[in-house]
Amino acid sequence: MSYEYPDARGHFGQYGGRYVAETLMPALLELEQAYVEVRNDPEFQKEVDYYLNHYVGRPSPLYFAERLTAELGGAKVYLKREDLNHTGAHKVNNTVGQILLARRMGKKKVIAETGAGQHGVATATVAALFGMECEIFMGTEDIRRQSLNVFRMKLLGAKVTGVTSGTATLKDAMNDALRHWVAHVRDTFYVIGTVAGPHPYPMMVRDFQAVIGIEAKEQILAAEGCLPDVAVACIGGGSNAIGLFYPFIGDSQVGLLGVEAAGLGIETGKHAASLGAGSPGVLHGNKTSLLQDADGQIQHAHSISAGLDYPGVGPEHAHLHDIKRACYVAVTDDEALAAFRKLTEIEGIIPALETAHAIAQVIKMAPSMSPDQIILVCLSGRGDKDINTVAQAMKVEL
Amino acid sequence: MSRLQHTFAELNKRGEAALIPFITAGDPSPQRTLDLIRTLAAAGADVIELGVPFSDPMADGPTIQAASERALAAGTTLKTVLDIVAQARRELQIPLVLMGYYNPVFRYGVECFARDAMAAGVDGLLLVDLPPEEMAEIKPMTDAVGLPLITLLAPTTPLERAKRLAAAAEGYIYYVSMTGVTGTQAVSPAAIRDAVVQLKTLAQVPVAVGFGITTAADVQAVAEFADAVVVGSALVRIIGEHGSDEGLLDKVAAFTGSLKQGCKK
Repeated sequence: MSYEYPDARGHFGQYGGRYVAETLMPALLELEQAYVEVRNDPEFQKEVDYYLNHYVGRPSPLYFAERLTAELGGAKVYLKREDLNHTGAHKVNNTVGQILLARRMGKKKVIAETGAGQHGVATATVAALFGMECEIFMGTEDIRRQSLNVFRMKLLGAKVTGVTSGTATLKDAMNDALRHWVAHVRDTFYVIGTVAGPHPYPMMVRDFQAVIGIEAKEQILAAEGCLPDVAVACIGGGSNAIGLFYPFIGDSQVGLLGVEAAGLGIETGKHAASLGAGSPGVLHGNKTSLLQDADGQIQHAHSISAGLDYPGVGPEHAHLHDIKRACYVAVTDDEALAAFRKLTEIEGIIPALETAHAIAQVIKMAPSMSPDQIILVCLSGRGDKDINTVAQAMKVEL
Repeated sequence: MSRLQHTFAELNKRGEAALIPFITAGDPSPQRTLDLIRTLAAAGADVIELGVPFSDPMADGPTIQAASERALAAGTTLKTVLDIVAQARRELQIPLVLMGYYNPVFRYGVECFARDAMAAGVDGLLLVDLPPEEMAEIKPMTDAVGLPLITLLAPTTPLERAKRLAAAAEGYIYYVSMTGVTGTQAVSPAAIRDAVVQLKTLAQVPVAVGFGITTAADVQAVAEFADAVVVGSALVRIIGEHGSDEGLLDKVAAFTGSLKQGCKK
């Protein structure tokens, strides 16, 4: 199939675009131009590859989860080990690319929003690497849930600014990061952590994360001699998922399955399933599928995982959902916690709670598939940061 | 001639700049907003901008964020705002412009909204997060009913872009006086004077200046070169502090009156 998105105006079908105040428009146009220049510049790509290889530790392994496969008794399960990246998640693939672009554009300061803290840590890390000033916006609710990552960011020299407005989570952190950017747009580069925000961010972040799928495709072909039957990834904003999916979009035999957070259950209203239970709307600079009420007010998302606790989703996912090239399901907090424990116990891999949502879906679907089928799952991050949350859910005092 | 055009033409004859107070509709309650509109009109406002509350006002500072939250807590919806306008329109001729974010309008349905807004007596629409790049998706519907879309220009807007946007502007141009969110920094009239004067030569419509204008002295300084002056956060702060007091309307009237003095050149 031919798939060329976004279009010249940053739209993925009816989604995407640049819904921002005029103050930011010139900065976005400048960013787009700068990005288009480096996108096809071999020198820039060489620079990105250098840091991905020698600093991040890429390529990340593709690991055949033999015991999980045997336990589930169905399809073979392969894990794309983004948890083994420097800083422990896929987020750094994108921050390396964006900080190198920021340097090219002559910016001296970077800002970022963060939910679970993984993107904040990944941004603070590359800011330290290149000696740039860094400020991270984080909801105070997430600061409480992710104190370890907050301290990591501070050690890395970043200023962590608590956001108390709204629900004090990722959505509000992004509001305040955008507000800060409006006021400091002339010298500040905004490193958005997911495939959301105004154009060109959804395209740019996708391109930087596509390394996940590009490597995984080569690796699975080398290991199995064929493509997977389905590629699975968890979705908050959807950056690890689009990174995995994008190189497979043209391979129509490969199913693409995104896993949203069902929180306490879709029927309770306390969830973060923006695609499964959302409707089209405009937030944070793009049109996408949102959790909102009948009057267009954005609703609170809920997930045990801070990284999925977001009422929107990247516009490209909304488009892939519309054109039915990808499917989206949701798993609950409890299912994710059970998957977290299962992977830890039988593979010795402690996944992030975000990632545990993808694992939970694999646990559901693998048994009914045949042993010659292959599931490729993005193990997007490691779970050290979630130990306190998990202990609390298990009612264990640390 | 529209109410907006008529108002600006009259002021022009008198050599006055327009005073445009901004209040968030529904803060502290829809009924109180109607009282405030009457008060503002009687105290010297020439046009009123009514903020449509939104859960995620990303171009606004803490003062207007809080006002949005109060309005939403009071049950204000876009429909409520249109009802307020319709009620005010029964007794007042002052132009009323809605200012807000795109999502509530998108969700309402642009075509229905444009029709209902005109029927209610809305004189203009300013959607902060709908830049010219995305405006095409609503322009046919607003054009069809003759609802002007107010254009924002910022200090970061390059000259070539400003020329293009100014030439296509409707109603009036809202020049954002600083790179920042509402109500967080003070305006520097000297710093924006040249930009506004240049903008006036490029535009067929009046140029209003807003963001960071809080005192009568600010109004006076900006009114020297701008066609209109918008005061938002300073007024919203008074409403936030005295929303339920008996004396709110007197305080708002006195403040508005002092601002209007600054508009007389």
